Amino acid sequence: MRHIISLLMENESGALSRVSGLFSARGYNIESLTVAPTEDSTLSRMTIVTSGSDEIIEQIIKQLNKLIDVVKVLDLNDGRFIERELMIVKVKANAQYRDEMKRICDIFRGRIIDVSDSSFTIEITGSSSKLDAYIESIDKAAILETVRTGASGIGRGDRILKV
Amino acid sequence: MSSNHISGAEIVIRCLHEEKVKFVFGYPGGAVLNIYDAVFQQNKFKHVLVRHEQAAVHAADAYSRSTGKVGVALVTSGPGATNAVTGIATAYMDSIPMVIISGQVPTYAIGQDAFQECDTVGITRPCVKHNFLVKDIKDIASTMKKAFYVASSGRPGPVLVDIPKDITAEKYEFSYPKSVHLRSYNPIVKGHSGQIKKALSLLLNAKRPMIYSGGGVVLGDAASQLTKFVRAIGSPITSTLMGLGGFPASDKQFLGMLGMHGTYEANMAMQECDVLLAVGARFDDRVIGNPEHFLSKPKTIIHIDIDPSSISKRVKIDIPIVGDVISVLTELNDLLSKEKTKQNPSLKRWFKDIGQWRSMNCLSFKNDKKLIKPQFVIQTLHKVTKGDAFITSDVGQHQMWAAQYYPFDKPRRWINSGGLGTMGVGLPYAMGTQLAHPEAKVACVTGEASIQMCIQELSTCKQFHLPIKIINLNNRYMGMVRQWQEFFYGNRYAESYMEALPDFVKLAESYGHIGMKIEKPSDVEPALKEAFSNKLKERLVFMDFITDQKENVFPMVPNGKGLSEMITAEDL
Repeated sequence: MRHIISLLMENESGALSRVSGLFSARGYNIESLTVAPTEDSTLSRMTIVTSGSDEIIEQIIKQLNKLIDVVKVLDLNDGRFIERELMIVKVKANAQYRDEMKRICDIFRGRIIDVSDSSFTIEITGSSSKLDAYIESIDKAAILETVRTGASGIGRGDRILKV
Repeated sequence: MSSNHISGAEIVIRCLHEEKVKFVFGYPGGAVLNIYDAVFQQNKFKHVLVRHEQAAVHAADAYSRSTGKVGVALVTSGPGATNAVTGIATAYMDSIPMVIISGQVPTYAIGQDAFQECDTVGITRPCVKHNFLVKDIKDIASTMKKAFYVASSGRPGPVLVDIPKDITAEKYEFSYPKSVHLRSYNPIVKGHSGQIKKALSLLLNAKRPMIYSGGGVVLGDAASQLTKFVRAIGSPITSTLMGLGGFPASDKQFLGMLGMHGTYEANMAMQECDVLLAVGARFDDRVIGNPEHFLSKPKTIIHIDIDPSSISKRVKIDIPIVGDVISVLTELNDLLSKEKTKQNPSLKRWFKDIGQWRSMNCLSFKNDKKLIKPQFVIQTLHKVTKGDAFITSDVGQHQMWAAQYYPFDKPRRWINSGGLGTMGVGLPYAMGTQLAHPEAKVACVTGEASIQMCIQELSTCKQFHLPIKIINLNNRYMGMVRQWQEFFYGNRYAESYMEALPDFVKLAESYGHIGMKIEKPSDVEPALKEAFSNKLKERLVFMDFITDQKENVFPMVPNGKGLSEMITAEDL
């Protein structure tokens, strides 16, 4: 099953490679991994999207907790949470595609952030599956380039991951 | 600059003094010259110059294994650090507390492919508990404090501190932190009381209770608490390779080692028990074989371990108890002393079953008039040393024979590489052990293949007057490889024959030691007696025992099979 794991770790050089190294050394999947500093500059927050049986996810959480630089770990799937990912897509927008691209962009509540004679650059946010759905719904031949951030997640309501 | 400023190198040394380090095992080189200059100007610890960095780490590791203290190694950048990696990985797999200090090229040269540069922190990351690259002289003292704390607390392990050369030359005031706090690292010490009560009640009411202890008991200095508990409960107990000595092997409740080369009775009892208590052990592949087969006989499993990630890793645990083994065992003993203990009536029946398995006498072997049986050498070693020696071993058949035929009654007496299985550790392990225990008898049980992997250390032994007794079980084969080739590869002995062996007697003599070659069974005991005699008390003796080439280690659980699917000597 797909799990989103959030963690807070010391904002130190090498901390990222400890986490990514753990996943490769133990053969765990990483679907995406995203990391950036938090409002507390000594801490980074990382979101890892992974998949595995319950036993494997349990081991992943334990192994992450074991890393000295990792301060807190939370499996978002243990409760209710919100997931968002940003995707920027450059699509063909010549006469053949221009109207259709605008229309599909609106349906997915995306925004056109750059325009040229022959292309649109579109920004879309949402769950990873929504972004997948967008890609599915447009003509593959029209896609010039895509870039995705990987999912970030946060617990709903009072569920807070903080030191 | 105020007058109390000292160099980064001196700060490193002062930190080691603060940690009351007695021995540093190392090898100098460009990036650590400043540190070595500071080593030269102090006499609070002894520096042990090895002949290869791998041996420095192994020796520091054995110093730790045999004393419980943190072992310290010092190596230079680049090749110094990469040579140390095997030693670090060996210590990591067996959870040995160590601090390894490595020199690094100057901070301004990092990333420039400088002479003797390598990414030491990157290379060692997967095989250390933690590592640090110190980039500022202000951080040396606090980093060293953290390193010793992390290495020795929780589940212990090696910690590496990489220090660039320019930082060791700069000057700063020295102040060693009294304590250390890491918000991200708080090892759990005390076990959950409710779980501990539940565990005790399960064990007391079990029909076929079984205890399985591991290296955690030795590392956690919990042998006496374990012994007290097991005797009070009255159940049988087995031990992993790493746990030997955690419970007296001469006690009748002890069933011998379990696992791939465990005794028939220990493996059968593991398989057939209804309640199993695992203490500081991790259910690894060499211990329980195939996990599905292991669980095919239903049993309730209680697991005490300081590392939560060891619990339910290979086998689902019913009653997990995360905590320091000594703390949990003490609590169990306290609870037990309050119970109105009457002996569990089921035990009699259980020991009757066990008695039948024991009567297989699975470790029996036939002595020969002409050929020296390796098992006989170990048995005689036990007899001659009265079971009171420190035994180090390399990796292979000789290691298993030492574990099977030298019963250990005390912890920290059996020093070997269990997890990583590193050939070559035996001699450096004996060095670290002998330095820690100068008056003790230290024997290195090895084979002609393993010993050659760190043979250069005979020179270190000469320099430091280490009277180690080397028991070389020389069968002219990489014995364990040959055994697997015989059993599973149709007798095709690919590259396992040791050709062009040196004359070990002359080799030992050339290093200034005593060499003996023993070719007849009747000479085994006299040779060992002579080697351990007062006359040779100060000397290293290399005993080259020419043993039966065809001898195999039994019983054996083939790889991937279940514990009750052992091959015994009689099966073949």
